[in-house]
Amino acid sequence: MITLSNVTKVYKAASGNVTAVDHVNLHIEQGEIFGIIGYSGAGKSSLIRLLNGLEKPTSGEVIVDGKDMGKISGKQLRQARQQIGMIFQHFNLLWSRTVRENIAFPLEIAGVPKEERMKRVDELIQLVGLQGREHAYPSQLSGGQKQRVGIARALANNPKVLLCDEATSALDPQTTDSILDLLVDINKRLGLTIVLITHEMHVIRKICDRVAVMENGKVVEMGEVLHVFRKPEQPITKRFVQQVTEPEETKEAMLHLLERYPNGKVAQLTFVGEAAEQPLMTQLIRQFDLNVNILQGKISQTHHGSYGVLFIHLDGANEEIERALAFIRQQEVEVEVLANVE
Amino acid sequence: MWNELFPNVVWDKIWAATMETLYMTAISVIATFVLGILLGLLLFLTSKGNIWENRFINGVIASFVNIFRSIPFIILIILLIPFTKLIVGTILGANAALPALIIGAAPFYARMVEIALREIDKGVIEAAKAMGATTSTIIWKVLLPEALPALVSGITVTAIALVGYTAMAGVVGAGGLGNLAYLEGFQRNNNDVTFVATVLILVIVFIIQFIGDFVTSKIDKR
Repeated sequence: MITLSNVTKVYKAASGNVTAVDHVNLHIEQGEIFGIIGYSGAGKSSLIRLLNGLEKPTSGEVIVDGKDMGKISGKQLRQARQQIGMIFQHFNLLWSRTVRENIAFPLEIAGVPKEERMKRVDELIQLVGLQGREHAYPSQLSGGQKQRVGIARALANNPKVLLCDEATSALDPQTTDSILDLLVDINKRLGLTIVLITHEMHVIRKICDRVAVMENGKVVEMGEVLHVFRKPEQPITKRFVQQVTEPEETKEAMLHLLERYPNGKVAQLTFVGEAAEQPLMTQLIRQFDLNVNILQGKISQTHHGSYGVLFIHLDGANEEIERALAFIRQQEVEVEVLANVE
Repeated sequence: MWNELFPNVVWDKIWAATMETLYMTAISVIATFVLGILLGLLLFLTSKGNIWENRFINGVIASFVNIFRSIPFIILIILLIPFTKLIVGTILGANAALPALIIGAAPFYARMVEIALREIDKGVIEAAKAMGATTSTIIWKVLLPEALPALVSGITVTAIALVGYTAMAGVVGAGGLGNLAYLEGFQRNNNDVTFVATVLILVIVFIIQFIGDFVTSKIDKR
């Protein structure tokens, strides 16, 4: 659906050129929810704007639904854009228009006749769950409702692609979740390809099929979300994964625990998919002559299965501990023995 | 009672002068509104980072606006005498005041329009572009409606300034309440005439302010 080949975007600034997007190659399948994560300034905003031609690549090719977004202009570009919906962090609604009128706006642009327009607006209001708020102005809506209007507006012309520019970054956690649920629902129901950029790993974890991690304009890591969660390679990816798997104080707490348990070993177990649901601890205690102490644990749900991290303390004879660790490894669980500070 | 309080006031003349003032104000406000929005839009659209970014055109319009905004109105009238004669055919009467009124007020209003347009969230314009809107759609359906309350309060301020300008224009022969207050009131030492003319000008200004505030509050949905 979307292919970026060797795309570079350079901004000319007084202080010298800034490379916002640096030789990026991406391929996004039809119907996929693709996430791009990075800190601010990583180039993800520029990247997503290349997809609908709001920015033109300095070099490279941006193909969306068979059209070269970097080359086309004028009417062709405007028509291509009608096939690509976009939602924004700050919603960008017209405050002078009601909910209905805001949703009707892209239909007016596309030249849809009034009667059909009204019908379509009603459908969209149903789709995003805004019944009863049709005649409200944006200033009378909550953040979540505004983003629902944004989504309805973006879907008005039955686009093939939906671009989400930090769509949940201005919302509280609960509202974020309801908007994410809506996006997944739309993705399933309409088979829409969704590309989203965010700095929150939570968003990636919850709805994305695949993720690309951006740093300094480059895509430094890319893959299935579950895979990236299990084996993050780059330091930046590890930090993002930690955002959702480990509470912030974990590192310190673990160091503290290592001091408190001079005997035995502290191990970090990483469960992915079905392994997270097996009664591993029970087996461990029954089969080995060990004291097993659960120090901390967390299981996160991703779009394709669960992912969990568990810190345990094993105490007993050294050989027994080694055998137990080997047993755990056999269960498709990643094991990392934390170094004792001594 | 009226005749005892205002012995020198000829009410027919006052009525005629009021109508002239209203006529000059109305025509010049309408023309200023259209011309000011046109110039303001051009100023905005050709500025840095906008749809028609063009430093040269922006510079030309900006200096035109700045020059005509800076010339004191009474001097502008005199400077424009040849121009007025050319297009109106006379330099006396209400119509002769119009070119100076419009040329004096439009640049002033154009700046207000530009400021109002700059206040619009850039993201909204970006959203319209992302939907595939043409520039004219962006102008008519995004820029002007979103800036409308500011455009209306701006034209209210400008209209009030124009009432003042018509009085000045009156002094150099354009008619209206200013002319009446100056010729019949000041020069003949009929203070009652000056007083009545002043009160009527105040009433006109208050009415304009009231209408402006009312409309602004009705259309402002922020």
